[in-house]
Amino acid sequence: MKMNIPLFEGELVYLGAINPEQDAPVEAGWTLDGEFLRMLGEDLVRPLSSAEVKKRYREIEKEIDEKRNQFYFTIRRSAPGESENQDRLLGFTRLSRVEWNHGIATLTLGIGDPGERRKGYGNDALNLILHYAFKELNLFRLNASIPGYNQAGLQLFKKAGFKEEARRREAYRWAGLRWDGIFLGLLKEDWEQ
Amino acid sequence: MTISEEKKPIFRGEQVYLAAADPEADASIFARWMKDAEFVRLMDTDPPKLMSVGKHKQWLEKELLEERSNDELFFLIRTVQDNRNIGLIGLDGIRWVHGDAWVGIGLGEREYWGKGYGTDAMRVIQRYAFEELNLHRLSLTVFEYNQRAVRSYEKAGFTMEGQARKFLHREDMRYDLIFMGILRDEWERMTAKK
Repeated sequence: MKMNIPLFEGELVYLGAINPEQDAPVEAGWTLDGEFLRMLGEDLVRPLSSAEVKKRYREIEKEIDEKRNQFYFTIRRSAPGESENQDRLLGFTRLSRVEWNHGIATLTLGIGDPGERRKGYGNDALNLILHYAFKELNLFRLNASIPGYNQAGLQLFKKAGFKEEARRREAYRWAGLRWDGIFLGLLKEDWEQ
Repeated sequence: MTISEEKKPIFRGEQVYLAAADPEADASIFARWMKDAEFVRLMDTDPPKLMSVGKHKQWLEKELLEERSNDELFFLIRTVQDNRNIGLIGLDGIRWVHGDAWVGIGLGEREYWGKGYGTDAMRVIQRYAFEELNLHRLSLTVFEYNQRAVRSYEKAGFTMEGQARKFLHREDMRYDLIFMGILRDEWERMTAKK
């Protein structure tokens, strides 16, 4: 039996805990151009202060402790030998709304700094969280909900095996246009192949 | 439009009307409905569980009197004929920026199933959502094994928008979760015909 498979270490990134003091100002910075929150499909896009981000972290940690229905990881750069890059906060990934009786959860992933996108970090982190969800938590399927204007996100999830299952017509309004809300699913049996 | 041109009180349908729940008066009704495992399994992904009348009352008090949030609301469904409480209906996850909300409905009184009461309540909440709240669309999910509800939603004008595979695990079987939705202009066309 193989127990020495690293759960949290990828090739370019690793999954880590929240470090509120250091991470909050970085994440607050990501919210300044609106795109980060908009791509995640947040209802209300607005800049967040470090204090608000810290409050969100506290709420997440409280929910993890009390309800045991979510898992949250920061995505950090793994670059041994590059001291300016090593451990740098790149984004987050979370499994929320875990319904243990059905073996399902909702997966979210975001890379914060636009300059850090399309470098394979998201893909690397996605592989880690999928392994964690299916091999450690023993979930049966994962759900993801992505606004139709987030093409990069859709591409990333589809590449990992997610299938488009529902199109909530015109569920988002942005830039004077209506966009569908795309609901995707990945079954463990499909991921294993 | 003047007020006198208005057709109907906004919360009134043909067979039912919507009313506010009262923690004191209605907690025992909720407790009785939630003991019906089939009712809960048709309505919710959560496992059916049993709560005392007191606990239901607490929950209603919190929901209705203390923590009124502006992204959800729910009503009791009452019969026009004899003012009987037969179920509940509500909007949750209202996304004001995008004009979208989720509808949930359940008839706790089984003798009212399959007789148009649910469809009528759905029409009332559609009118409320589109004419009063000015939403752009309504969304709902329904379980694959609840075909009676699917038919009712189709009758009320909802369109199938997709199906999440093997979403639910019940009695050793896996079932899909069906997504349905109705857009404002679809609702306008449907109601103009009448």
